[in-house]
Order: sequence, then C-alpha cells, then structure tokens
Amino acid sequence: MIGIIDYGSGNVQAIATIYKNLNINYQVITKPEDLVKADKLILPGVGAFDATMQQLIDSGLKDKLNELVLGKKVPVLGICVGLQVMGYKSEEGNLPGLGWIAGKVSRFDENKIKFKPKLPHMGWNTINDVQNHKLFEGIDRDFGFYFVHSFYFECEKEHNILTTSNYGGEFTSSIYANHIFGTQFHPEKSHGNGVQLFKNFAELELC
Amino acid sequence: MLRSRIIPCLLVHNKGLVKTVKFKEPKYVGDPINAVKIFNEKEVDELIVLDIDATRENRGPNLEMIKNLADECRMPFCYGGGITTVEQARKIINLGAEKVALSYSALNNINLCQEIGAIIGNQSVVVVLDVKKKKLFGGYDIYTHNGTKKSKWKPDDLVAKLEEIGIGEIVINSIDNDGTMQGYDTALVENIRKNCSMPITVLGGAGTLDDIKNLISKFKIIGAAAGSLFVFKGKYRAVLINYPNRQERKPLY
Repeated sequence: MIGIIDYGSGNVQAIATIYKNLNINYQVITKPEDLVKADKLILPGVGAFDATMQQLIDSGLKDKLNELVLGKKVPVLGICVGLQVMGYKSEEGNLPGLGWIAGKVSRFDENKIKFKPKLPHMGWNTINDVQNHKLFEGIDRDFGFYFVHSFYFECEKEHNILTTSNYGGEFTSSIYANHIFGTQFHPEKSHGNGVQLFKNFAELELC
Repeated sequence: MLRSRIIPCLLVHNKGLVKTVKFKEPKYVGDPINAVKIFNEKEVDELIVLDIDATRENRGPNLEMIKNLADECRMPFCYGGGITTVEQARKIINLGAEKVALSYSALNNINLCQEIGAIIGNQSVVVVLDVKKKKLFGGYDIYTHNGTKKSKWKPDDLVAKLEEIGIGEIVINSIDNDGTMQGYDTALVENIRKNCSMPITVLGGAGTLDDIKNLISKFKIIGAAAGSLFVFKGKYRAVLINYPNRQERKPLY
C-alpha cells in the first residue's frame, strides 16, 4: 500500500486521485502511528521550508518518518518542498531539515538568469537523465514536468542526482539515495508523465 | 528548457462557467468540473479559475467547489475570488491548488501578500491586475470588483511594490480586450514588464493561436492566458471547450 502523508501541505488528494485511477492500493495517512501500514510513502509539499518542517515536527511525523525511512528502509518519494526537507538546511528558512540526503537547499542566483521572468522558476520544463533509473521509465523527457519554486536542492554527491533541468544553468530536478527519492517538480500536476512516475514508484522493487 | 505557459482562464458565476465581454454580458458556457475533465484530456499547461461573484457578494471562496476542482485537476490550478485572509489561502492550497490569486484584498492591504506568502510560499501568491485604459491622456487604471471600482494604485507603483515583496506571478487582465478576441494589448504588457522580473501572465483579447504565438515570440517566457479562445469555436461563438494538442503547441513556443 502507498501511504500518502497528509500533514496539511496540499496536493494529497491529487495524488490519491491518480492512484485511484491506476487501481493501485493507497491510503491517505494523517497519524504518525498509521505510517507503519504503508509499504511505500509519499511526502508531498507545497509551501515554505520552515512552515513545512514545523508541520512535520508538530504532527509527530518527523520522528516516526526518521524511524521508518532510515531505520526500516521504507521507500519514500518527496515532492517539491517534500524533496527540499530531505536536505540538511535551506536558505529559505532556519529550521534544520531531515538530513536524509547529503545536500542543502539554495536560492537560484538571479544574476545567472539572463532573461525575464527571473523567479520563481515556474512552468513546464524538460528533464535530463544523470542516472538511468526505473523511476523515469516511459517518461517523455521533452514534455517534462511542471515546476514552481525559487529554491533548489544542491547535492553534495553526484551519485544522488537522478535528473537535472536547466534554468539559468543546470540544477538538480530529482534526487535519490537507494530507497529515498525526491522530485523538485510536481508529478501530481504533470499529466501523463506524472501518472507514469507515480506508477513507476509504486512498481519499484527495491532491496 | 522552460516553456511559456498557455493557460485557459475560467470564470465562475452562479456556480456555472461563464465568459464575459469587457467584464459584462456573462454567457453560460458549461459546468466547471466537466471543463476540467476536458482540459485534463487536452493536457493544458495550467488552469486559472476565478469566482467573479465572491468579492462583489462580499463572501469568501467556495471551498467545496475548489476541492472538487482541485481533486480533478491533473495540471497546476490557480484559484482566485474572495480570498481575504491567510487562513483561506492556506486552506485552498491544502485542498490542492498550486496558487491563490488575489485582487481587491491585496490592493486594499498589500501586506496580505507577504502574510500569505510566509505560510504558503511566495511562489504561490498571484496578484491579478484588472486594468483599463484611461479615457483621456493615456495610461491605465486598475479596477477591482469585476471592473466596477477604480483602485487608487497606479500600475507602476503597484508592480514596484509587488516586485519588492517578491510574489509568484502577476496576471495582467485587460478589461478593454476581455472577450473581444482581437488580440492581446502588448503595449500594456511591455509597459508593466519593463519594471518587473516576476512571472507575468497576460489575459484578455486572445482570439487565435497566432495571438498566443505572437505574444510568446515577443516576450519569450510568458503566461498566455485566454478565456473565449478555449471555450468558443467559430465566428458564432458556439461553446466548445478546446485547446491545442502537443503537436499543435510546438510551433507556438
């Protein structure tokens, strides 16, 4: 069962609708104690870094997530800010992140963006493979995904980068470390490509 | 590469979808959920839904309708209409919208943009400028309440202020061109864009895909929004929800 974590960060229902239409077993999870029921977890995210971290702490999800993801190696997919909180810290806020993947979250350097508009990076952008991973099987790279963000994840280690995209230079658009995945873009708002990615995540066999 | 966004804009009036001309004569064009389903199939870049009754009726957003729309949308969804508090904005994002659009409430209290941005992220805050040419001496005025109340803000000052706050997007909506299908007011866009580094979406006047193509070729990365173009077909304005497919879109970028 895919557990979609609902901690008040939005887009939960859009993901649930996709899994429902795919006939894949899912559950929207609001209580930390229910996390154990899931074989895989999705951590959505819309909003500011600190607000998101605070919600994870206040709801008691943070500790339980650490236990499951780091301890029991439960696969997890973070989306947008759900990816960003996997780092150590963010220029957007003061709270520490979960620190699951080595890296920090930085703001795009507006001086490198030679055209208008500058920020946020918003709209449909293409993706480039850095690693060949099953998560991106059957996905139209040129159609790409929908992004809306001003901050991006800077991996410390290149082997954690799944894909990059270009906005005033290459930036990391998805990351992974074994069973931990994150996308800066919003697959739940990216039509067929997004549906395919959620399907791939559900079907991934990880050891 | 980042592409420009081609965005249907839907207006909700008396719970149905309507299309106006110069903000008047609302014509019924269908059911919101049904339209979203069709736009899902068409793979639209993004969708804007504006409840044009809320502010005028002095009421808040219809959260049930927003939930139903957001559940269905497989594309980014921006909702506007009647948002006056941080809590409403937070709820709308929680229901699954990507962005909230403000007009009157932001113009009336510009700090609201920052307050909302602190909770949902600045990138999700959109301000809609309904603008109309001045009758004399050139220039533009900003209006609220469906074009019935003139705002004290001058467009340049407002854009400068929003630039300072750093919101997610400005929607420039030309009241003069609304529903006319005679093309966008590119002079207006040029005027606003010279002092603006934030994303801009232009609404009002698109009548053909060429209008969109011209807008994109002039401004490179921009949001090209349209109402009539995507809900009417032919010169008799028969209601038909439409949107160019992947192949038809390629030459527009």
